[in-house]
Amino acid sequence: MIGFTELTVSYGHTRALDAVSGAAADGEWLGVIGPNGAGKTTLLNALVRLVTYDGTVTVCGQPAGRLSRRELARLIAYVPQRPLLPPDMTVSDYVLLGRTAHIGYFGFETGTDRRICADILERLDLAAMSRRTLRAMSGGELQRLVLARALAQEAPVLLLDEPTSALDLGRRMEALELVDDLRRERGLTVLSAIHDLTLAGQFADRLMLLAAGQIVVTGPPATVLDGSLLARHFGAGIQVLATDTGDLAIISRRLR
Amino acid sequence: MTTASPAWRAGGDGHPARGHAIQAALGPAAPATASAAASPSAAGHAGLAPDNQAEPLIRQSADGAAPAGQRAADGPPSPVARPGQRTPRVATPILLASLVLLIAVIVGVAVGPAGLTLPQVAAALATKLPWHPHVAVSPLNAAIVWELRMPRVVLGVLVGCMLAGGGAAYQGIFRNPLADPYLLGVAAGGGLGATIVVVSGGSQALLPLAAFVGAAGAVTLTYLLGSSSGQAGESEAARSGTGSILLAGIAVAALLTAVQTYLQEQHTATLATVYSWILGGLSAATWSDVWLILPYVAVSAVALLVHRRLLDVLRVGETEATSLGVNVRRLRLLVVMAATLGVSAAVAVSGLIGFVGIIVPHAVRLTVGPSYRTLLPVSMIGGAAFLVLADVAARTVQAPDEVPIGVITALAGAPFFLFVLRSRRARQDLS
Repeated sequence: MIGFTELTVSYGHTRALDAVSGAAADGEWLGVIGPNGAGKTTLLNALVRLVTYDGTVTVCGQPAGRLSRRELARLIAYVPQRPLLPPDMTVSDYVLLGRTAHIGYFGFETGTDRRICADILERLDLAAMSRRTLRAMSGGELQRLVLARALAQEAPVLLLDEPTSALDLGRRMEALELVDDLRRERGLTVLSAIHDLTLAGQFADRLMLLAAGQIVVTGPPATVLDGSLLARHFGAGIQVLATDTGDLAIISRRLR
Repeated sequence: MTTASPAWRAGGDGHPARGHAIQAALGPAAPATASAAASPSAAGHAGLAPDNQAEPLIRQSADGAAPAGQRAADGPPSPVARPGQRTPRVATPILLASLVLLIAVIVGVAVGPAGLTLPQVAAALATKLPWHPHVAVSPLNAAIVWELRMPRVVLGVLVGCMLAGGGAAYQGIFRNPLADPYLLGVAAGGGLGATIVVVSGGSQALLPLAAFVGAAGAVTLTYLLGSSSGQAGESEAARSGTGSILLAGIAVAALLTAVQTYLQEQHTATLATVYSWILGGLSAATWSDVWLILPYVAVSAVALLVHRRLLDVLRVGETEATSLGVNVRRLRLLVVMAATLGVSAAVAVSGLIGFVGIIVPHAVRLTVGPSYRTLLPVSMIGGAAFLVLADVAARTVQAPDEVPIGVITALAGAPFFLFVLRSRRARQDLS
């Protein structure tokens, strides 16, 4: 599990996060939603200590602030919004980077590391292209590849920052279904920032709505995805429709 | 298959604005005035060009060279690996490079203005072997081979190894293909140290020490200034660190070059001596030079080599490397320290030999691929071979006079460097 208390992050004089508290239990998927600039990415960055923060973060019972980089990377795997993908790196080399925290400072990958990565590539249908370079991969494949690298970290907590923003609608669904399958198979705690409110409602167990660096509400999707609440923070045209399958569809209506 | 959206950033190595980069990198090729001491570090100015951590929107519009990776990702994905895309195994390229180095060393020992024949050279070499066969060797021949050519070749191996290895390591640690080993002020500091000794009429024996102290001191100053200003940035400390260190490098180099130029202007009589040191060379090589720098080079080379896997991790950027468990600040400090130690030692005995640190790693990158686990050792071996051969050219093309080796490396290096840039672009356009 991962929990954070009174988390505050400032960029200069701007408060990007203001005393935010929350937690995701073992195996839970917590979706972080909110308009641009609400602090979603900052929250994820703080949890992996990419920005300095005040407050406490606890990962699997350990205070994250006291862990070394290696120890932290064994507990939290992080998929950034726009990963940097060296075009001439091969797929298998890229996934092996995920093993960094398990390899000694002067060491090199062992057969175990390679086997773990091969299994993950197999699971994510990437095994056939393990010798390809990243330049030869499609957007959907790259998305799975970045996920594969995160899984290679074998961390119990997975942070995803807008994991599907680069994908078309069908690919988004596939990608999130994959994350959902993987978290059930591996008992992962998932914390994801997610723009698409409809998808957020379909996949997350609970949603946390952030606005201007503060938590507006945390709760089950049915509670958080409330028409008037969303309209207040995302814009007046937002409407929530219930489909006949029981899903909530969030659309934005033109006002003129 | 879908195409990658621009939101997926590509490109582990920076793509600095090319025109500027070429101009800056050509700096060391033609140090027209004595004050060009800092010009090898001018390539470092190009190093400030984008770290490619900027917003993708900016990169797309402002930096024409940047979207190579995106273009690549947009291309039709091929179902199988194309030839040359596989990362070759590490051992084969190292063996091949070692073979090239062996040939270079043989050529280096065998060729010279004295016109010894191969059997004469072999016989002279044999005299120092244990249990050597009894061969008649004139003392002159033995001296030419053992006291003139051998130390020169061995020193060329050490210096070339360090310059190319340091260049490759800097390109990795600053994630910039145009970084060279003089990036953080080694050239300006070494130049100032040497100038001080020359203009003050100090003993020539002091020159290596002064150059070493100047070079290492300049990098230390750069690092202290750069990393302390980097801590002010509260967001992504690792990222701001690189930028401020490079900026500090430029400031320190400019400052030291100004001092050096001033000293030169005050002592115009010694201009020629300073100038020849700046151009660099191995002509004064002795065994004592070799023994002097060997420990530094050995420690530096080993320290760089043990970091080659982490340099590969850094190819995904400092932020992601951090989230993968790398302490980027510590890694950068250790690699810079290791490279500075070796490069300062090399500069101390050979002056400022330009271009080796850029063209050798790039040539190697083109042949064996971008992974530092192969790139770094092969660059070291290749740099050694390149410098030995350049030195052979330096002492033969105009024999018995010598052409400064910096002229040779630049003459060979500049066209080659343009070729590398062109073929890089061509490859990107094709894919």
